[in-house]
Amino acid sequence: MPGVEGYMYPNEVSLYWSVLIVLYPYITGLVAGAFILASLERVFRVEAVKPTYRLALLTALAFLIVAPLPLQLHLGHPERSLEMYMTPHRTSAMAMFGFVYLWYLMAVLTVEIWLDYRADIVALSQTTRGWRRLFYKVLTLGSSNVSERALHIDERVGWFVTLIGIPSAFLLHGYVGFIFGSIKANPWWSSPLMPVVFIFSAMVSGIAAVMLIYMATSRLRSQPIDMKCVDTIAQYMLYTFIIDFSLEMLDLIHRIYEADESFRSLDFMVHTKLWFSQVILQICLGTLVPIVLLGLVQAAKLTAASRKRIYAVSGSLALIGIFAMRWNVVIGGQLFSKSFLGYTTYKMALATREGLLVSVGLTILPLFILAALVKLLPPWTKEQPDAEALAVTGD
Amino acid sequence: MSIFRDAGHLFRLAGVYLAGTLTFLVIRAAVVPHSFGQYGHYRGAAIAEIAAKPLHYAGHQTCEICHSDIARTKAAGMHAHVNCEACHGPLAKHAADPSIDPGKPDVATLCVRCHAASAARPKSFPQVDAEQHAGGVPCNTCHQPHNPAIAAAGGSK
Repeated sequence: MPGVEGYMYPNEVSLYWSVLIVLYPYITGLVAGAFILASLERVFRVEAVKPTYRLALLTALAFLIVAPLPLQLHLGHPERSLEMYMTPHRTSAMAMFGFVYLWYLMAVLTVEIWLDYRADIVALSQTTRGWRRLFYKVLTLGSSNVSERALHIDERVGWFVTLIGIPSAFLLHGYVGFIFGSIKANPWWSSPLMPVVFIFSAMVSGIAAVMLIYMATSRLRSQPIDMKCVDTIAQYMLYTFIIDFSLEMLDLIHRIYEADESFRSLDFMVHTKLWFSQVILQICLGTLVPIVLLGLVQAAKLTAASRKRIYAVSGSLALIGIFAMRWNVVIGGQLFSKSFLGYTTYKMALATREGLLVSVGLTILPLFILAALVKLLPPWTKEQPDAEALAVTGD
Repeated sequence: MSIFRDAGHLFRLAGVYLAGTLTFLVIRAAVVPHSFGQYGHYRGAAIAEIAAKPLHYAGHQTCEICHSDIARTKAAGMHAHVNCEACHGPLAKHAADPSIDPGKPDVATLCVRCHAASAARPKSFPQVDAEQHAGGVPCNTCHQPHNPAIAAAGGSK
């Protein structure tokens, strides 16, 4: 049979989970990571990252809106997804996703954005015209109280919501890792480390995405990049990356040392079918190179222009590397036979419901949603970069 | 109370969420079938609906009422525990009206369904490469399907 080597059970030849299921943890990871970056400013008072606070929240919202779409497209019948809420299945982790998603969207992200933007929304409802005025009027919920006391209450409540949001972000993405980690029949997935690895890789990807979006939007707006801000973000990205890489290596060393009955089969797969995506793309280009580059910035005194280039390269490589990690988990876990005697091949279609074009569309769709959100709720009006921190303009 | 005035917008937000939750509960009460959860995580009334569907399989006890000779032959062989309709297909219509001829299964495709060599089958299970084993000769030339051992058909095993 073409694409099959050795012996596969009949139901293992074709992959059930396509590239869309790769996208799903990738996108939710970006959401969780972007939110955790936002929480750095709000809860942990890391003032340097303030210029990205609102942008991080809007990025998280834009990606969160798109997060269920890969699942909807993969499963078909999107109207049935509502049944998760109508008849909740409390013993199924997958079925509980609807509530995890709803909690994060409605109780955390929307509330935090609303509270932070309320004063702006009230001002916009009074200064705009036409449908925009109506839109902002609806968002004010009929209250235009932006007194100092009211805003102080918003600040306190917003802080509390962010505080709840941190474990919620961990829940959102840890849950995705849990889904894979709890599948005991699949030795490639079954690991209690999986949720933790997913969370830290999510933080890396979310931080990298917000950093890149901040740099790109600054350039598009011909505004200077706050170097103190991106330096701090890059520093956090490096720390998170090191933890993420250590956890992944811990998992790998544990598997090699334990060498259970699946090891030879999985080892062969990593050296053949996953060599490029795992060893070259995920570990070398997507992890080691960015860690070395970000480490170099910490160790050497580089110019602002060099640092910006390094951040752009390492951020992009990190995003590619984390996507490769999701790919290797989802696709890799379906390439080998549970008999450990054979391997199959995943051939991505081009223009089908689960093909390459749809995947590319879903990956860039959040950027369009973010552009619309930025237009409606401009994140830069409140905080302008500190003039002293501006080392160079955003060229 | 200034706290109620200055936090009024939060109460409005809570009101929106409460209204949303109530709307959801009303919709849920309207669309979830009353028998849902009666026996488990499914619609209880579905059991009666499925039970009311027409039967397609007669069951081997029904077959054996008329075909007792075949039942005796089958009971003596390796296919003793293979149900009649596993090979012959659903025969409820034939059982209700014996004049309906159910036809004979095509042995060229039927036997290999279970006996084609496959690494997934237990080694002790009889399995052959049909082309090498029979060279296109129908299986029932040598094997009597109801008791397939060749010795049972009068030859040496």
